[in-house]
Amino acid sequence: MSKIFPKSANALPLQILIFLGVLGVVAAAGITYYATPAYLRVGYQPVQPVPFDHSLHAGQLGMDCRYCHASVEKSGTSSVPAAQTCMNCHSIIKPASPLLEVVRKSYETGDPVPWVKIHQAPDYVYFNHSVHVNRGVSCVECHGKVNEMTTVYHAMPHSMSWCLDCHRNPAQRIRNPEDVFNLNSAPLAAQGPAGLKTAEKFIHDWKVKPPQSCSGCHR
Amino acid sequence: MRYAYYTLAFVVVLLISVMGFRGLRSSRPPIEVFPDMDRQAKYKPQATSKFFADGRADRPLPVGTVPRGRTVNADPAFLRADDFRYAGKNADGTFARGFPGPVTETLIRRGQNRYTIYCAPCHGALGDGNGITKSYGMALTPTYHDDRLRSMAEGEIFNTITYGKNTMFPYADKLSPDERWAVVAYVRALQRAGQATVNDVPFEQRGGLK
Repeated sequence: MSKIFPKSANALPLQILIFLGVLGVVAAAGITYYATPAYLRVGYQPVQPVPFDHSLHAGQLGMDCRYCHASVEKSGTSSVPAAQTCMNCHSIIKPASPLLEVVRKSYETGDPVPWVKIHQAPDYVYFNHSVHVNRGVSCVECHGKVNEMTTVYHAMPHSMSWCLDCHRNPAQRIRNPEDVFNLNSAPLAAQGPAGLKTAEKFIHDWKVKPPQSCSGCHR
Repeated sequence: MRYAYYTLAFVVVLLISVMGFRGLRSSRPPIEVFPDMDRQAKYKPQATSKFFADGRADRPLPVGTVPRGRTVNADPAFLRADDFRYAGKNADGTFARGFPGPVTETLIRRGQNRYTIYCAPCHGALGDGNGITKSYGMALTPTYHDDRLRSMAEGEIFNTITYGKNTMFPYADKLSPDERWAVVAYVRALQRAGQATVNDVPFEQRGGLK
């Protein structure tokens, strides 16, 4: 009577187990890489109704972020400007540009420009802009170098673990309060041991206590 | 068994070629893997609304709206009843001279901060009207350093910031009344600095100045 299974089949159960192990590792790696905000959100670059160029306005012209996003220091929301803010200059500069047609129409009718929101925190996250920028956290930490972006894209993952990286160790990310809106500045900690000491002093003096409990950001 | 690994490798290569790498630009909205309450039935600031005809969740304030739960006696500021502080005017409607509060270094520094953000793009860091916009066609920005503007009442400068003038648009949406007074104080400081001489600098700080 011949054998039903060849002898090599004896090793098969072990080989299958090893394969399943490899499969599990590959699947876990794939999910970590692809199913997290670092992949899903970073790089989101919607087409906007007006091709506003941040690298021109905030970079080349050197305008302050707050010229347009005026409420960022005072409120939880960093406001998107009304068309009137654009018209402050564009009533004189390039007043007939076809690219600004939507802005002019918005200014005349009062209907908002339909900007596409890029950084959209989940509704259970209560993020407050003013408390961050008034405590040395620069725009660039969460939005990347917008002053070099022709069309703005989502530059940072904005995942919860990414928030906590800074909430657990703010000294590494804090800037001099004067540098918060200077997107080319370096964090204090990147300016050598003296800078780190300044950051730690700032955290102490200004009572920077980023919450790590759930209710700090979720209500 | 070998073929299982070949298949796995093939699937991995296929996945990477379809999904790409992290950070690739895309105009498609991000996928929310577990969208549990990510988007709730509530309005956030500057959001869109399907309910209101103009599509805005933020409602424009009807004229004459006052905040709830405050009274004139407890907080006179909210009705802006003080003509000087909130309109820069005297009781008879003329523009007031002077400031509604004390002019301190803090106020001037606050003014400098606000001026640099909101005024300097056109009026220039020195107040000479040579801001960055001049080279792009904003030709008519005046300098602060002439007698007309040196002798202008503080209240009129305040009024100009609030309502704009000629080609300048109003800045009341960006600068609160108190911030406007701070900017007025800084404009005065700029005008004073424009007329400074070496005698204004303390002797020990003159250094190489001649």
